[in-house]
Amino acid sequence: MKHHDFDVVVIGGGHAGAEAAHTAARTGAKTALVTLSHDNIGVMSCNPAIGGLGKGHLVREIDALGGVMGLAADRSGIQFRLLNRRKGPAVQGPRTQSDRKLYRAAMQDLLARTKNLTIIAGEAADFLGTDDAVSGVVLADGAEISARSVVLTTGTFLRGVIHIGDKSMPGGRMGDRPSVKLAQRIDSFALPLGRLKTGTPPRLDGRTINWDILETQPADDDPVLFSFLSNKPYVRQISCAITHTNEKTHEIIRDNLSRSAMYGGHIEGIGPRYCPSIEDKIVRFSDKTSHQVFLEPEGLEDHTIYPNGISTSLPTDVQVDYVRSMVGLEAVEILQPGYAIEYDFVDPRALGADLQVKTVKNLYFAGQINGTTGYEEAAAQGFVAGVNAARSAQGRDAVIFSRRESYIGVMIDDLVIRGVSEPYRMFTSRAEFRLSLRADNADQRLTPLGIDLGTVDETRKRLFEGKMAQIDDCYTVLRSHNLTPSEGKKHGLNMNQDGQRRNGVELLAFPDIEFSDLEAIWPELVDHSVATKAQINREAQYAAYIERQERDVQALKRDEAQLIPEALNFMEIEGLSTELRQKLSKVQPRDLGQAGRIDGMTPAALTLILTKLRQIQRKSA
Amino acid sequence: MSPFIADTIFALASANGRAGVSVIRVSGSAAVDLCSKFLGDLPDVGQFRLRPFRAKDSIIDHVLALRFQAPYSFTGEDVIELQCHGSPAVVKAILAALSESGRARMAEPGEFTRRALENNRLDLAQVEGLSDLINAETEAQRRQSIRVFSGHLGKLVEDWRQHLLRATALIEVTIDFADEEVPTNVTPEAQDLITQVVQSLDVEISGSLVAERIRDGFEVAIIGTPNAGKSTLLNAISGRDVAITSEIEGTTRDVIEVRLDLGGLPVTLLDTAGIRDSTDKIESIGVERAIDRAKSADLRVFLKSNPEEQPPLDLDADDISVLGKGDMQYGTGISVSGKTGQGVDELIALISARLLDRAANVATATHVRHRQAMLDARQGLADALIALAKGDSHTDIAAEYVRYAIRKLDSLIGRVDVEMVLGEIFSQFCLGK
Repeated sequence: MKHHDFDVVVIGGGHAGAEAAHTAARTGAKTALVTLSHDNIGVMSCNPAIGGLGKGHLVREIDALGGVMGLAADRSGIQFRLLNRRKGPAVQGPRTQSDRKLYRAAMQDLLARTKNLTIIAGEAADFLGTDDAVSGVVLADGAEISARSVVLTTGTFLRGVIHIGDKSMPGGRMGDRPSVKLAQRIDSFALPLGRLKTGTPPRLDGRTINWDILETQPADDDPVLFSFLSNKPYVRQISCAITHTNEKTHEIIRDNLSRSAMYGGHIEGIGPRYCPSIEDKIVRFSDKTSHQVFLEPEGLEDHTIYPNGISTSLPTDVQVDYVRSMVGLEAVEILQPGYAIEYDFVDPRALGADLQVKTVKNLYFAGQINGTTGYEEAAAQGFVAGVNAARSAQGRDAVIFSRRESYIGVMIDDLVIRGVSEPYRMFTSRAEFRLSLRADNADQRLTPLGIDLGTVDETRKRLFEGKMAQIDDCYTVLRSHNLTPSEGKKHGLNMNQDGQRRNGVELLAFPDIEFSDLEAIWPELVDHSVATKAQINREAQYAAYIERQERDVQALKRDEAQLIPEALNFMEIEGLSTELRQKLSKVQPRDLGQAGRIDGMTPAALTLILTKLRQIQRKSA
Repeated sequence: MSPFIADTIFALASANGRAGVSVIRVSGSAAVDLCSKFLGDLPDVGQFRLRPFRAKDSIIDHVLALRFQAPYSFTGEDVIELQCHGSPAVVKAILAALSESGRARMAEPGEFTRRALENNRLDLAQVEGLSDLINAETEAQRRQSIRVFSGHLGKLVEDWRQHLLRATALIEVTIDFADEEVPTNVTPEAQDLITQVVQSLDVEISGSLVAERIRDGFEVAIIGTPNAGKSTLLNAISGRDVAITSEIEGTTRDVIEVRLDLGGLPVTLLDTAGIRDSTDKIESIGVERAIDRAKSADLRVFLKSNPEEQPPLDLDADDISVLGKGDMQYGTGISVSGKTGQGVDELIALISARLLDRAANVATATHVRHRQAMLDARQGLADALIALAKGDSHTDIAAEYVRYAIRKLDSLIGRVDVEMVLGEIFSQFCLGK
């Protein structure tokens, strides 16, 4: 049997790479993480924040599965805020500002303490193996590392070009060189590539900001953290300040538009609509006379300030002028100018739902290389690629995340089935089962899976089982009590007077009945923990809606069970339109559920595919 | 009525036309319950029984009910088959009653087959050739939709789409961009948009332009260059003077419809404007309309003015080409003359033969399906308004109901997916930090 140095080798130590390496090692796979420098692990190259709407859900899910992002975010969190606190729990998203240095230190510490994981400083320059199957990597110094699976997480480093005004230079991140050799090797795989761009704002020196006159935004009084293992923030909480652009700012930008890399025609990549540059905002929404700018400290002991909302590719002198036109920033110094970056990405439709490249065996992609943006999206893919790379090396079946069960599943499915037209970011509106995929129940949805996969450790497992036992106990008590509507009325409960006797769980499903109302009737409920009661309340709130969605869930589950063999030639299915045949051939859906989500698919076309599947099964039977 | 998807489905399972008997199939877990509501006592499993079908306290028809129990049925589920009198009115009334129960929905093309496949109830021989059947159903449904939603009704449906897209964008923006500069109170606008759609749906549900537009049977379009003799032929076929005929080219500027009974099949003959490039603005509109209608018809009869003429639009394999003014010229194939009646009977026979091959009764199905979609969507939107009125804490629930309503209206307004909603959001609001 062929000897391999490692089961899994991960290239890149960003958010995708760190999560992939940790996950693979957790499952017992002998894992190597190859990064340009050990110091680069866990670097936040964009804004110093984790979470948000949709993104916070992803972090919770990664944590529930035993991943590291949530823990690192909690250890470094300096301003925890639960977004949408006044709205329903399904759309509440945890977010925090992170201390950049603390985040990096936390991530490096978590990886250093991960068993089966070796960190190798070096530049990956080539792959071992053929264009159909890789078997390791070759470093720039010629060293060869053989491995059963390879996870590539190169972020924006593939043919990265940085733009500031009319100046441009190759680079994957300010100060780091791009991966040119690796890009050339990836060309040999003949994968469909595209080009995207993203931008950053200038970094400001906090010591030159007039904080006293600015409005501030404090952290929550009652902080909600990411990890199910954390209870309270690890470090001091701070406030951010808010300033605004004004007519003067807009005038400066408008007068210099032609000098912007974006508007001067130097950039061809497609930028995200939800993260426009300040140039874009002023051109596209010319009637708006002011835009909000958050001044976010990059750390407790760091005077660098990240002005969120003014990313730019204007020349440095214009950046200085427009920044200083804002209230509080009159004398501000720029520590590092903002820039736009263009980079190559691979059309994610070239990947399977396990994130393995369909045409190159043993090679997995995760993170920005797949056309996504954001640390959280990257880390979630890192988990999926890491666990599948390890499972493949161990000779086990791939694990597929379903849209029914997680935001991770929604994202992977969107990527591999629909592809991307701009950097892909998670939003809660992407999840059709949003009411059941909540941040509060990420552990209930995914920790059991993490236990099966071996990515959840003993501590988390015990904690989870303890929590579930308490919840189950409380449900048992609730079910053991019941009352009639007339009895309920005596206790002041607002319910249908239909004569129907209902137990505690059924009563909680009424919109006007809270857990505390039932405590007043059945005192033994009081003893249960605050967390247990809160969780049961949340579940009751959505119970009716989730029950109604159950049929959709079941239908999807049925379709997911109809696997489509890889060898199926869609061009040969009679009755399908040429357009659908081509789309199906390109995407190669793994099951009928995936096929159903391809643009332009009809119920009739799905029946035709099912017909074909049956024919194949009969003939092989 | 449960606003969420029913898994029990029904449809006309027999061919169309004024046949002696029509068969309506009901399949799914609620089939037995649902049918006993209309029929009272059902036959035992594997038996049949003649029962009155009652809806709204009146008897629609006496039907022969056959009962199959899962897994021993066509679909592998519980199935009730109702054999009723083959009148379109009876079929329509029964389908409408089943739909309005809220416990079952009209089957999509190929859906019975799909269930049969999922439950392994079809053998290999049965599976071969199914694709043609499913495609015929789908194509007929698509054509019917084009017919229904052209013109004024198309505009109405487009308004629903725009309103709902904007409403959902307004609601979603407050959820997904809560930490950004969104105008604080967008709810009243969302409520207003939804209310407008609800009112418009109410008008449609009660009086229904849709209903007016939908007619049972087939559409056959006569196409050809100006003065090829189309109107004369139409008159000859219909046996009465309906279309305006004259020797001046371009006389028929609008589409003229004639309802006929052709060999037992309900057929609407369309006399279209002669297809040619015209500088006359009104005639050009007529030509465009002619092409649209011709494309959406079930069958096209291309009337050639000379033997070598090529059709002005792509014809399907079983469309018919005939040489016109057969009293004045000769060619291969059928030649007809509206003037002398030569070849007209032959053409009628050919048309009926071709139509008999087609899946039909699409109109009734479409009608029932659309009505059901509108009722469900209306319910969803009404629930959304209730949730919106409860404020922030119910925004997620409101969003869920709007999403449900939009999905229900899919077949009318087209699919609205999350990318379109995001597109609307980003075009309306300056977002992004």
